[in-house]
Amino acid sequence: MEIAVLLKPVPDPAQYDKIQIDPATGILVREGLKTVINPEDKHALEAALQLKEQYGGRVALIGMAPASAVETFREGLAMGAEEAFLCSDRAFAGADSLATSRVLAAAVKKAGPFDLVLSGSTSADGGTAHVPSQVGELLGFAHLTHVIQFEIGSDGLASVRTKMENGYRESRGRLPLVLGIRRELNTPRYISLMGIMAAQGKPVHVWSLDDLGLDKGKVGLAGSPTQPGKLYQPDMKRKGEVLQGEAWEVAQRLVGIFRSTGILG
Amino acid sequence: MPELKFSEAQEMLRKVVREFVEKEVVPIAHRIDVENECPVDVFKKMGTLGFAGVFVPQEYGGAGMGLTERAIILEEISRHAAGFAMILMTHHLGVEAILSYGTEEQKRKYLPDLASGRKIGGLAVTEPSGGSDVGGQQTSAEFKDGRWVLNGRKCFITNSSNADVTVVTARTGEDAKGRPAFGAFILEAGTPGFAPGREENKFGLRGSGTGDLLLNDCEVGEEALLGAQGNGAKLALATIAKVGRTGMSAISVGILRGCLEEGVKFAKERILYGKPIAKLQAIQLEIAQNRVDYEAARLLTYQAIGLKESGANCDAEIAAAKYFSTEAAVRSAKRTIDLMGGYGVMNDYPVGRYLRDAMATIPSGGTSHVMQLVIAGQTLA
Repeated sequence: MEIAVLLKPVPDPAQYDKIQIDPATGILVREGLKTVINPEDKHALEAALQLKEQYGGRVALIGMAPASAVETFREGLAMGAEEAFLCSDRAFAGADSLATSRVLAAAVKKAGPFDLVLSGSTSADGGTAHVPSQVGELLGFAHLTHVIQFEIGSDGLASVRTKMENGYRESRGRLPLVLGIRRELNTPRYISLMGIMAAQGKPVHVWSLDDLGLDKGKVGLAGSPTQPGKLYQPDMKRKGEVLQGEAWEVAQRLVGIFRSTGILG
Repeated sequence: MPELKFSEAQEMLRKVVREFVEKEVVPIAHRIDVENECPVDVFKKMGTLGFAGVFVPQEYGGAGMGLTERAIILEEISRHAAGFAMILMTHHLGVEAILSYGTEEQKRKYLPDLASGRKIGGLAVTEPSGGSDVGGQQTSAEFKDGRWVLNGRKCFITNSSNADVTVVTARTGEDAKGRPAFGAFILEAGTPGFAPGREENKFGLRGSGTGDLLLNDCEVGEEALLGAQGNGAKLALATIAKVGRTGMSAISVGILRGCLEEGVKFAKERILYGKPIAKLQAIQLEIAQNRVDYEAARLLTYQAIGLKESGANCDAEIAAAKYFSTEAAVRSAKRTIDLMGGYGVMNDYPVGRYLRDAMATIPSGGTSHVMQLVIAGQTLA
């Protein structure tokens, strides 16, 4: 089975206090931030590796990131993927989820064909959860997100359970598919030392805009139909106020405060 | 001199080990100390990831890395549980002895199981007569009818009751000049006449069982001899210097990082006079000293290991790293306890354990006195 795993380097949660947002563009400043594999993408990779162990084939990592993120892809290779395709070009900077999906879909087509495209449902930084579905649409593959369980039979028929607000939904479909994986699906394996050694010799292909043959106006900030709105720092200051008077009177004033601040409807 | 910089693969290794330690070792670190039990299941799990055979070539089932990577692993484990790291450290002594001195047949027989953590290794040199006095060993190995018969008692042997494969040194006779000659033997647990004796009750590095190994007419074939006959003392000393002292040094670096991080955490959280004690200059001085001790120990340790890996003759550098790091760990743990006031002596915090562990790193692989003699010997030569 040929499987592509969409892998996104995201800022290390341990360094969230160092995250800054460019006030001019409203976009995360990624330079200088240590990155890790997006946590849900690790679950997607684990699912891919388990399928490879079951059916054979290969697992390829595909992602869009600055070239400095190559270490994050190397980590995915150490986990067990065979090769990585890193889409990296100045023109990709500032992409929203659709512009990102165009790049990823083009890379999946170029590196493919694949039977299955897996990714985390949601990224820990942007958190739009748009990408798996958008990539599916662009590829013309059926797609499901928030996958908490799935099986692929030897006949290529997939049974997929997706999480919904108050329950879950069972779906069945034929490959090729794009699935957005949630963390409930599995427990990612530890990377072994042998995996780290093997990863040093595995290929990381870096693809530019030209390599993917994409229109410059369809990628990056220029190709993004959504733009971040106004950014502001919420006022987290607390102010204490002592209410004095008779109990009944204080209680009424308190209820009034609760109503005015929306705590009580 | 270039800055101490780890490769991309080494940084990834550190991250991977840290993740493993945080998930698998941190939750049981206190229990290992209290119960003084080796968590064999976690050791085996480490084995499947390659920790047990980190510097063993891949052809023998290892990860094919080196001593620097081993030090990273020991440092990361010791950051939270030095006693558990000690089990791995000692396992590596047995592995190194077989790797460096074993015949091809011995390597193929023992290394795959040791490198994968399916079996635990050890090295037994010390006797009641002393550890550093290698020439004073009384355990004997007599060659009779094509078999070696071993008799004697080893003491203060880490992994004594957990090891499946132990390299044991014994006096085999005399050399041409009439001086005692020694051999090293690979002994498997369960060999008749070879058994663990009494278990010690250490106050530090607990979890790594330390005790006697008893040899009573323990008979093994010629194939158990490791390295050349008469080479046992050299094998023991070289293994202890290369893997033992560098290992203790790396363990101490881990304890030092623990002291630094726990001290910083406490200083930022503890409020006195209406502000965190981190704002007090007296506390800042303690934190600065912890930082300097950690950085200096780290530099000495990784530099000495780097020199060893480059093939340099660096016994003095290794001794300096071991001497400084282990002593600094004791200082730093005491200092951290001091800055924590009454909380420092509560077992709810791990720093008391760090002090006990740091104290226990000093005699292992040669005391600070012995390390200073090695350093002085080379410096005055």
